[in-house]
Amino acid sequence: MAKKTSDTSPLFKKVLFGFAFSPNLENNLFEVLRVCRFLGAELTLLHVGACTADKKQAIDALLEKIPEAQVVGQILWQEGDPYQTIYDQCALLDIDLLVIGAQQHESLFRFYVGSVARKLTRNVGCSVLLLINAAKERVACKHVVVNGILSDYTASSIYAAFFMAQQLGAQQLTVVEEIAPKAIKVAVEDDRTLIKSLRKRHQLEVSEDRRIQKIIEEIPEALKEGVSLRSQPIFGKRGYSIGHFAEISRADLLVMNAEKQTSLFKRIFTRDIEFILSDLPCELLIVRPKIKAHD
Amino acid sequence: MTKSTFVGSLHKNIFAGFVVSLIALPLGLSLAIASGMPPSAGIVSAIVGGIVTALLGGSYVTIAGPGYSLVVVMLSAVTTLAGPDYYQGYLLTLSAIVLAGVLMFLLGLLRMGGLAAFFPSSAIEGMMAAIGLSLIAKQFHVMLGLATLKKSSLELLVDIPAQLWHFLTTAASDTGLLIAGWLGIVSLLILLFNSYIRNSFYQRIPAPMWVLLIAIALSYYYEWTSKSSPIAADGFIALPNSIEKLVVFPDFSFSWPIISVAMTIAFVGSIESLLSIKAVDKLDVFKRRSNANRDLKALGAATAVSGALGGLNVVTVISRSSVNVTQGATNRSANFFHGAFLVLFVVVFSQTLNRIPLSALAAILVYTGFKLSHPLKFVAAYKVGFEQLFIFVVTLIATLSTNIVLGVFIGALSTLISHLLITRDPLLFFLNLFKPNVLAFKEPQEDTFFVSVKHYCTFLNFYKLQKKLDAIGYTKKVVLDFSLCKFVDHTAMEGVESYVQSYEKKGGSVEVIGLDTLGASSSHPFAVRKMSSSRGSFSKVLTRRQRQLADMAQEYLWTYSPTNLELKSPLGDFVYFATRNLNRSYNMLIDADKRCTVFDIEYSEGEFIAKEDVKSTLMLLDLNCSIPVFTLTREGLLERLYALAGYQDIQIGKHKDFNKRFHLSGPSEEKIIAFFDDALVLFFESNAIYHIESNGRQLLVFKNERLLSPSEIKALAYFGRELVSLIECNSTS
Repeated sequence: MAKKTSDTSPLFKKVLFGFAFSPNLENNLFEVLRVCRFLGAELTLLHVGACTADKKQAIDALLEKIPEAQVVGQILWQEGDPYQTIYDQCALLDIDLLVIGAQQHESLFRFYVGSVARKLTRNVGCSVLLLINAAKERVACKHVVVNGILSDYTASSIYAAFFMAQQLGAQQLTVVEEIAPKAIKVAVEDDRTLIKSLRKRHQLEVSEDRRIQKIIEEIPEALKEGVSLRSQPIFGKRGYSIGHFAEISRADLLVMNAEKQTSLFKRIFTRDIEFILSDLPCELLIVRPKIKAHD
Repeated sequence: MTKSTFVGSLHKNIFAGFVVSLIALPLGLSLAIASGMPPSAGIVSAIVGGIVTALLGGSYVTIAGPGYSLVVVMLSAVTTLAGPDYYQGYLLTLSAIVLAGVLMFLLGLLRMGGLAAFFPSSAIEGMMAAIGLSLIAKQFHVMLGLATLKKSSLELLVDIPAQLWHFLTTAASDTGLLIAGWLGIVSLLILLFNSYIRNSFYQRIPAPMWVLLIAIALSYYYEWTSKSSPIAADGFIALPNSIEKLVVFPDFSFSWPIISVAMTIAFVGSIESLLSIKAVDKLDVFKRRSNANRDLKALGAATAVSGALGGLNVVTVISRSSVNVTQGATNRSANFFHGAFLVLFVVVFSQTLNRIPLSALAAILVYTGFKLSHPLKFVAAYKVGFEQLFIFVVTLIATLSTNIVLGVFIGALSTLISHLLITRDPLLFFLNLFKPNVLAFKEPQEDTFFVSVKHYCTFLNFYKLQKKLDAIGYTKKVVLDFSLCKFVDHTAMEGVESYVQSYEKKGGSVEVIGLDTLGASSSHPFAVRKMSSSRGSFSKVLTRRQRQLADMAQEYLWTYSPTNLELKSPLGDFVYFATRNLNRSYNMLIDADKRCTVFDIEYSEGEFIAKEDVKSTLMLLDLNCSIPVFTLTREGLLERLYALAGYQDIQIGKHKDFNKRFHLSGPSEEKIIAFFDDALVLFFESNAIYHIESNGRQLLVFKNERLLSPSEIKALAYFGRELVSLIECNSTS
């Protein structure tokens, strides 16, 4: 839940980035280190694979080039299954945020079989940040979009969105309230039903907006300063509309609630967060209440 | 509709119903005979259709009755369901009709009013043409008075020249054949050339009624002169002489062949009706929106009742409905009266109607078939694109050689194949098939609805867009954006056009943006549009938006160029474009003194960024005086960007409201404060908020980071010109 105190202490203290020696590594490192500095977090780098002298040298050489290298707390080298290793380390090290480099559009094969990144996104016990636009030079984050659906997790997502907007210097924050068309309960068939449905739509918009305003009131003023807030009700498929909206409104960061376990069934009949994972509109932060190791 | 207007317009509806009944009578008789049923079946269907749908229906000025699309299905059912016993076959077909009525009612309950949208329009056209050809095939020899032939539609079609030759060679020796045949041919000629006869008295009676009148007159002539008609007795229709005998009860039995006939009737009848309902809604002077689901239920009920009383199935018929509208019908009572007048005709004139030869009725159906399969339909399909002709012909052949339902599905499949061949991107279709692809929301601070379509828009998913457009309400302003679409097919283009018209009729508007950079397959406005693979390649075919821009340019003596153009001056010295890469600019409007330029651009946000290109409409104003460098934008939008450029936020002392709504910044505070005098502040406060940036000699103005619709461009251009004149007037004074 949102903190009622006015402190804006870092939301994510410990960040883990699992890296592989890919052509994109340099860009990813630049981005991750920069993000960690903005968030005031300590970064743990984890490589799944043997630690050879070559690799160690390569990573050290890269880190030397990056001005924010001081955020790196430790570099871990672990052998084993990539998914399981990262999953275990997140729990073991009490990680708050896992950063993963992702692909914007996934191929058919990946979509159904699932990449390691995606599997982690779904199952890991902490929040996840998926990067698609990693770059050496900083690209300003201007617009943050966050979901405002009716859920226990929404308040913490909106809190996180304000926090990120504040830390990354974004000026615009949009809370998107996705309203399922089913909630209108009136099928538009002719002029009479149209009027009924428009009235019902308006009622829903107002009540949704009231709910969001309540959540926003709870957020400390310090986090809201300098951020222009907008709320946008959208009637449409949950999980899909917000991604499409983020793309249309040129969002730089999308903040979403985590969902409970997703199955293959859901992936075939795409639902909720899966829509966004299959077609990432921008950087995506999935806020998940942390599962402690002893829980 | 209030009661007083209902009574007030009653006379109009009675008259319209009367005129429609004049057409419904000959058509009903001929459709029933062509279906292999007693002629009364058509009349029963029209009477029940008129009365039941008028009482239960959800549309306003439609006419329901027997339709032509199922004639061949009925004929084959009657002749096959009970072997050689055609009367038993007729009774079994009636039970299939009752079942079909129940199925249609269920479709209505399941809210399948949008069913017709699932089929590609060229496939539907092909199906209709196939129905037309089979009507000609089955009726041509009847029109010539020849004996019934038992062959398939295709064989009969090929046989037509031989039939004509047979008629011409044997008619001389057989007066009965001679008169029946020539009556059929003259009837066909009357129907074909009806619109060329300008006599106002002649035009008062519908052409099919003339055919009946001439045929009946001929029979009276022979009775008075020679006491007996030369046409054999089986060449006439046989109506029962009392109203009770009109009614025949079905032999209820439900075997698989009967169920399959019922399913075909329900499927084709529903599609035919739904297409007609949609088309008739556009004719309605009161601009009402029909409740298609409710109408489907009413038609189902009417079909079941009609079948139970020995009649054909009931569908909404387009040609009778359009006559209904032109004769001044205002509500469903016209449909009711058309049924009531038919009851009257049968009671009063049943013996006279028995004087109608079959050949004259066959001519009516040959004419209908000719209209449905007119050669110009092939040309029209080809004009939209070669692939549409392919779909049309494939559906036509498939329907003729298999059956209607299978034919339409083969047509849909061929459409899908043509899309795969055109785009060469099967993943685009299959990966996104089950995903929603439409986003609709009300734009903040404006009364515009923004609807964006992603991936592709074809007959496969057009219903999703349809749902959103229906739910907004036709009185609103909608901007429909296809810029995230890679492929838009003919069915979608046609469907969108129909919404443009519906919205316009009710005072709203649908303005389509984002199609300009998609290539078209032909010069037809509804041609398939697909994203061209190479940057900068443009189709020469203008979209509606481009045509509107061209018209606007002509109107105000501006110049317009739709193609890729280099800008006169680079945009790089505007802070907004400092980190953005310009890819191309197009759709350029330049005013008469070449100082105001409005154009679309595509840019990407910096190097190596995986984000999609941004498409946006901008205006560039050249000033003949120098002004301070500044930027003015909505509060809280792009502040940080300008802060990075070393600009500072500037408050204009006394204008508190202005300071609250706008963010003004620039390198030189003094000059800017001096520049923003009261007149200028008032101008900005009283207009819509645009983003404005000055580089000292030019102004860059835009609204949202998206393409603008033609009406928004007009507003932008007007704003720009006013702004320029205000600034220049200030600097000279």
